[in-house]
This record gives sequence, C-alpha cells and structure tokens, in this order.
Amino acid sequence: MIKIDRLTKRYGDPETGPLVLDSLSLQVATREIAAVVGPSGAGKSTLAQCTTLLERPTSGSIVVNGDELTGLGARELRLARRRIGTIFQSDGLLSRRTAAQNIALPLEYLGVTKAGVRARVGELLDRVGLLDRAHHYPHELSGGQRQRVGIARALALRPTVLLSDEATSGLDPDSTASIVALLAELRDELDLSILFITHEMETVLAVADTVARLDRGRIVESGALVDLLRDPDSELGATLRPHRAAQQAGAGEAPWRVQYGEDGVPADWLSVLAAELGSPVSLLGASIETVHGRVVGHATIGLRATDAPLTVAALRRLGLEGVPVSQPTAAPARARALETAS
Amino acid sequence: MTAARIAGPLVSVSVPPLEIPALVLPALVDTLVMVGIVMSIVVLLGVPLGALVHNLAPGGLVENAALHRPLSAVISIGRSLPFLILMASIMPFTRLITGTNIGIAAAVVPMAIAGIAFFTRIVENSLRGVPADLVRVSRAAGASPLQIVRTVQLGEAVPSIIGGLTINTIAMIEYSAIAGTIGAGGIGYVAVTYGYQRFDHGVMVATILTLVALVALVQFAGDRLVRVATPRARITRATTPRSIPA
Repeated sequence: MIKIDRLTKRYGDPETGPLVLDSLSLQVATREIAAVVGPSGAGKSTLAQCTTLLERPTSGSIVVNGDELTGLGARELRLARRRIGTIFQSDGLLSRRTAAQNIALPLEYLGVTKAGVRARVGELLDRVGLLDRAHHYPHELSGGQRQRVGIARALALRPTVLLSDEATSGLDPDSTASIVALLAELRDELDLSILFITHEMETVLAVADTVARLDRGRIVESGALVDLLRDPDSELGATLRPHRAAQQAGAGEAPWRVQYGEDGVPADWLSVLAAELGSPVSLLGASIETVHGRVVGHATIGLRATDAPLTVAALRRLGLEGVPVSQPTAAPARARALETAS
Repeated sequence: MTAARIAGPLVSVSVPPLEIPALVLPALVDTLVMVGIVMSIVVLLGVPLGALVHNLAPGGLVENAALHRPLSAVISIGRSLPFLILMASIMPFTRLITGTNIGIAAAVVPMAIAGIAFFTRIVENSLRGVPADLVRVSRAAGASPLQIVRTVQLGEAVPSIIGGLTINTIAMIEYSAIAGTIGAGGIGYVAVTYGYQRFDHGVMVATILTLVALVALVQFAGDRLVRVATPRARITRATTPRSIPA
C-alpha cells in the first residue's frame, strides 16, 4: 500500500513559490485502484511526479509498505523508485529497442543476469499477451500494444505500487477498455496498489474502487466510487455519471434528482410517490446499472408538490435520496429532438 | 598570396598525366590517416563531452550552471575561430605535444581541437532531440544518470549522432586540406604545391575529383549507417500481420 501524507509542493522558493500541491493526503490500500481526477492544472501531474519522487516534495511524506521514501539520498531514492512501477501517457518506449528489450531495461539497470532478464521478460510478455510481438519495434506496435509493453516494463521489478499517469489518454476506446481490464487483473494477481491518475471519467467508472477529485492542489472530494455515485449531493458523483434527463420539466413542475439507495426500490415507486404526495409525478429520465456488483440507479423526476422536506421524507421511505435541481438538467438539444419526434 | 606565387617555380613543369595517380594516391592515404586519427580522437572525447555539456545544462541530469557556463564557453571559443587562425595560433602548443610544426602529427592537434569542439556541439544537439519523457521513464525505473546517458540519451540519439559524425568527418577532410597549406601532407598539400603554386591544372583537377569522390563516399556511407541504425527506416517486416487488437 502507499500512503501520501500532507504532501505539499511549491515550485521554486519553498516559502513563496507557486503552491501546486496543498497538504494533500491520500491512501491506496493493497488490491485497490484509487483514481485521482481533476481539471488540467489541478496538480495531477505534479502528484504523479512527487509520488515517484522524480520531483522532490516541499514537505509531507510518502510511505510505501511502511517505508518512508521522502528524505532519502540520491542513491537510496533510485532504489526506492523501483518499488513503484510507473506507466505514463506517452508509453516512453525506446524506439531503437524491441518490445522485449524495452521491458528488459529496468532489469538491466538493476544488473540482473542475462538469463534472469530473458526469463522475466518472457514471463511479462506472456502476461500482457505480447509473446508474439517480442521482437517488434515500438513503431510496429499499435498504441494499445505499446502501452502493454509499458505496463510490462513497469512491472519488471515486481513493484507493490503502480502509478498510472494518464496511461489510457490518447488510446481508442477498445484499447482503453483492454488496458483497464488488464490493470484490474494485475491488481488482483499481484496485490498491487494502483494510483490511477486520469481525466477520463469513463475509465474511472470502469476501474476505480475509490475516487478523489483534485482541485487547485487539494483533494476536495473523495470516497468509494459507488458511494459517490449514490450520493445525490456529490459533485464528483454527478461528474462521473452526468445526469442527462431525456425531457425537461413541464410548466409548474420542479425537477428533482433522485438516487437509488442500497436496498431495492419498489418497481412502482413513481405511482407510490405520486399517491403519497397527492400530486402527479412525471419521469424525465432514468438509468439503472451495476457498478462493482452494486446497483446504481438514478432518475430525474418532475414534481408539482413544493414542500421539499416532505418530498425528501417520502422519497426516503421508498429507499431513494432526492435533491431539487435548480436548473433543468435536460440536455436541450436532445430534449428538443424528442419533442419534434413526438 | 603573391608571396607564395613568387616563391614557387616561375616556369611551371606539369606532372605527366600518367604520373598523377602516383602523386595523388599516397596523398590520399595521408589524408585518410590524418582524418582517421583525428576522428578517433574526436569521437572518443566529443561524445562524453557532448553528453556532459547537455546534462550540466539547466534541466539536465546533473544540472550545474557553475560548471556548464565555463565549459560551454570554451567549446564556443573552439567553434568560433576559423580553422586557419586556430591552427596558427596554437602552433606553440602543437610543437609542445608533437615536437614539430609540420607534417601529419602537427596537423592532427589543431584538427582534433577544432573537431572535438564541433562534435561536442553535434552530440549535444542530438541529445537535445531525445524526448524528455524517455528520460523520465528511465528515472522512474531507478536508472542512474550514467545508465540514462548510455541507454536512453546516447542510445536513442545514435542515428542523429551518426549523421553528425558524417558532417564532422567531411569538415575534417576540408580542414586536412587547409592543414595541407602548412605542409601537413595529404591531398591539400598536393593541391597547394602542384595545382596552386605551379599552375599544374592536371594535378589540380585530379585532387578536386579525389576530394569530391571521398566526400561523396563518406556521405553515402554515413547515410547508409543512419538508415541501418533507425528501426523505423528499415524495411518493415511486411509479412508480419499487425492486426492483433491491443
């Protein structure tokens, strides 16, 4: 596991330089994929750089499996870096080395014997499904294959922590899906802690156990993915699963965002709700799906009743969490298209 | 120039055409020896120097402005002097090392100095073309600065450095001809003493043709080596299917 504690980074002067990471704390347990999302400039890259200690943090600590990595000398630091595998957005493969030779690189740095290198590289190539591409040069591989080589190289030294810095950015959806699936498998097989830095919400939904939202160098919201998706107040949850109601609320109707709770929700909850509130309820949009084996559902409804506390209580009785939305959440273009169609 | 002309024989005696090869070929060997010795020294010292200058610079692996500035300044001085002036100005130094002012040995010293300065900049420029991402990946894999220089920086820059080596070798052939004017031997010496001072057009044309052929050959060989060293430029294995999805 990796524990980042009150990590602060200022570039230039440690007192007055621009603050990029502001006392950031983050923990990734063993066999956990922790996603860090955030707008560009939020400090994601700096977090990645500091985690591998390519950039020295101004203060704070990074602990991998109980060992403090910050404050090490240059030599110890080089050794410590080997405990964190890193995959980057650019695959970072040397163009004049074959896939196998690229994977061998960290082993060569460590001084592993030729036979040892060959055996380990074979194992890794097999694991990422590129045994038949061992002697291909990077330019002869697809983007997804190159990233697989990058993953194999990152795992060469058997790290316990894997840092993925925008590793799927720039890949096509199929390659992204297969890389993400591979990471999830490797996490289980190798008991990895994966710190997954990305700006792609789809990827987060597919792979993350926990999510943290970084903004201006601070973690402003974090939690388990499913909890965030289920929390109607969560901005991160709303970003991860953008609410797109199919229709806009009618005249005299107030739109509400409703989230399914942990327990089952009665199939006829709309009519039950309408009966309880004593006024009609219109369904503007809804979706139900399974994330990490748990049901995540949400809906947008139009309500005529205006007593908010009463409505919230009525929803709770049905196993739902609801909040009124100030702005209609319908995507205008889509709604208009539907109107024309009907 | 006028002095040189007057010093030469007043009546020009042309070398018979059939004897020209006997005159030019040994000179060509001299030139090749001179350039060969110089280029060996240049590569041996220029590669580490270029890597050092590149990595002492801001953003380098062993960033150090206090060392980078003077080192870079010395190289710039070596680069800025026209070869003829460099050659003349370091004559005492040359004599100190080789004990002579003339001949191949004496020409090698100024040529090597000019060549090292030239090649250091070429290597530095080649290393600058290596993407910073690749260095970052290897640092993250726990590589030492020396390992990064060897595997990533120099490794990736090999084609570019070979290209630079070609340019440098051709420049050294040119310098060897200039060195010929102070009696260093080689093609340049023959061109100056026979072609220029004795108005022997036959020898002049022969030396020009020899030099053109030599430069063309070096360029051809260099280009071929660059291709061989660049996997992307090699003929791709057309038979290998590349349809396996990622």
